[in-house]
Amino acid sequence: MALIFDKVNYTYEIGSGFEKHALKDVSCAIDKGEFIGLIGHTGSGKSTLIQHMNGIIKATSGNIFFDGEDIYDKDYDMRKLRNKVGLVFQYPEHQLFETDIFKDVCFGPRNQGLSEKDVQLRAFEALRLVGLEENLYYQSPFDLSGGQKRRAAIAGVLAMRPDYLILDEPTAGLDPRGRDEILGHIRKLHDETGIAVILVSHSMEDVARYVDRIMVMNQGQLIFDDKPRNVFAHYKELEQVGLAAPDVTYIMKELRDAGLDVDTDAITIEEAKESILRLYKGIKTC
Amino acid sequence: MLKDITIGQYYQTQSPIHKLDPRVKLVGTMVFLISLFLGRNIIMYVIATLFLAAMIKISNVPFKFMVRGLKSIVFIAVFSAVFNLFLTDGEPIVQFWIFRLTWEGVEMASFMVIRLIYLIIGSSLMTLTTTPNDLTDGLEKGLGFLNKIRVPVHEIAMMMSIALRFIPILIEETDKIMKAQMARGADFEHGSLMQRAKAMIPILVPLFVSAFRRANELATAMEARCYHGGEGRTKMRPLKYKACDHKAYLVLALYLALMIAIRVLRGGALI
Repeated sequence: MALIFDKVNYTYEIGSGFEKHALKDVSCAIDKGEFIGLIGHTGSGKSTLIQHMNGIIKATSGNIFFDGEDIYDKDYDMRKLRNKVGLVFQYPEHQLFETDIFKDVCFGPRNQGLSEKDVQLRAFEALRLVGLEENLYYQSPFDLSGGQKRRAAIAGVLAMRPDYLILDEPTAGLDPRGRDEILGHIRKLHDETGIAVILVSHSMEDVARYVDRIMVMNQGQLIFDDKPRNVFAHYKELEQVGLAAPDVTYIMKELRDAGLDVDTDAITIEEAKESILRLYKGIKTC
Repeated sequence: MLKDITIGQYYQTQSPIHKLDPRVKLVGTMVFLISLFLGRNIIMYVIATLFLAAMIKISNVPFKFMVRGLKSIVFIAVFSAVFNLFLTDGEPIVQFWIFRLTWEGVEMASFMVIRLIYLIIGSSLMTLTTTPNDLTDGLEKGLGFLNKIRVPVHEIAMMMSIALRFIPILIEETDKIMKAQMARGADFEHGSLMQRAKAMIPILVPLFVSAFRRANELATAMEARCYHGGEGRTKMRPLKYKACDHKAYLVLALYLALMIAIRVLRGGALI
């Protein structure tokens, strides 16, 4: 049970003079229940990559397998894939169209051909999962704040009960509080339901705190695919492709260079704090 | 699919046509369109074809780009061709039931289709070689005399350039919304006409909302920069005719004179 990419290539606008290789030989496997951060600079191909994951873009060459089936097989039902792999685009609140939030969330499950009862059940469940208060369910999308609208839009995808949830820059344009709320809910969602989450972002800071695995894209190629601390150890290479490790990594590296024996693997502020305090305690007791 | 629309698209490259004053290109396009509708015989169309081909060659824009805009008029072209074929009076070639194919019909239909195609290619050539900004500047300056009879030329030109600028943005937006709704299981290709029309709602509503939002944001941004219309506004790069522009006008005048001369001399003759 997994989503497997085998040497996937994608070229934009073939034969137009503006050809652009958005993906070059991308191979990877994503298992159920994983929490992955997909990172890359603007134009690195991350949005293109995720649109392959539910078959909205067809690869120029290469294969994609979902649960052991080739999704480019002639008789493969794309709907099956889209029911299982939920894709939340950037600024998903721009796709809300119904008169109230609840009706909008019902759109996905209704397209799945479920009975009206099941549709509503799933809509309720999804809205609860993203943490929207019940008094907002029957409000017009226009009456909600940006963060609330975004959560409603994410619920619209969740209501289809996917096994994989892909979120393209879910925190773009939100204030720090809205950002922490969304990311917190996504983490909780992952822990409660066991859904696999792929978080697309260009902010290392955001991703480092939540994910278990990081994939780094650069110019259409997958250059790193590992645990966060292993990826951040390559901070020099990350800088070369216009990314950076979290600030904490740099502080810890400098402390180490200054002769303090701190843990340079720390990637969150909490870990760094503990490591420094431990050192401090060590000095005191001596 | 939505990427097929090339109206208003600019192709960045170096060419004598790109360098021309936008007013020359506007006049040139008008002259070309007029010459097409003057066209009644094959010689004129051959000349128009040569003229257009030369312009495309000089413009350095790949031919593919011109043709891409044609996909959108295939329906109209076929429609007008069929009507002209069967509804023109004249000497019949084939006749069955109520349909009558005439020589005149064939002639009219083929001229009509050629006109339509050249019309699109001709105007695409202008937008492909002129940035929307230049185009508006050209329009504003070229039609400046209308200001005297209280036509708000600057405002109209500004609205046009904004409309042109927004075409690609809205196309991209539509594409994005379609993909987002497809990810939620929306189906735009199957079902009856009624169902397919209904399936457009999840696209159209967000599209309108976003168009209004963008219009609002743009208006605010313009006001924040103290935009107050054309009165007393100066240009960073005022349009000025150069030597090549005068030469281009000469070429255009010669072309139009030639076409009119043939039209007058040959009258309604086919060749």
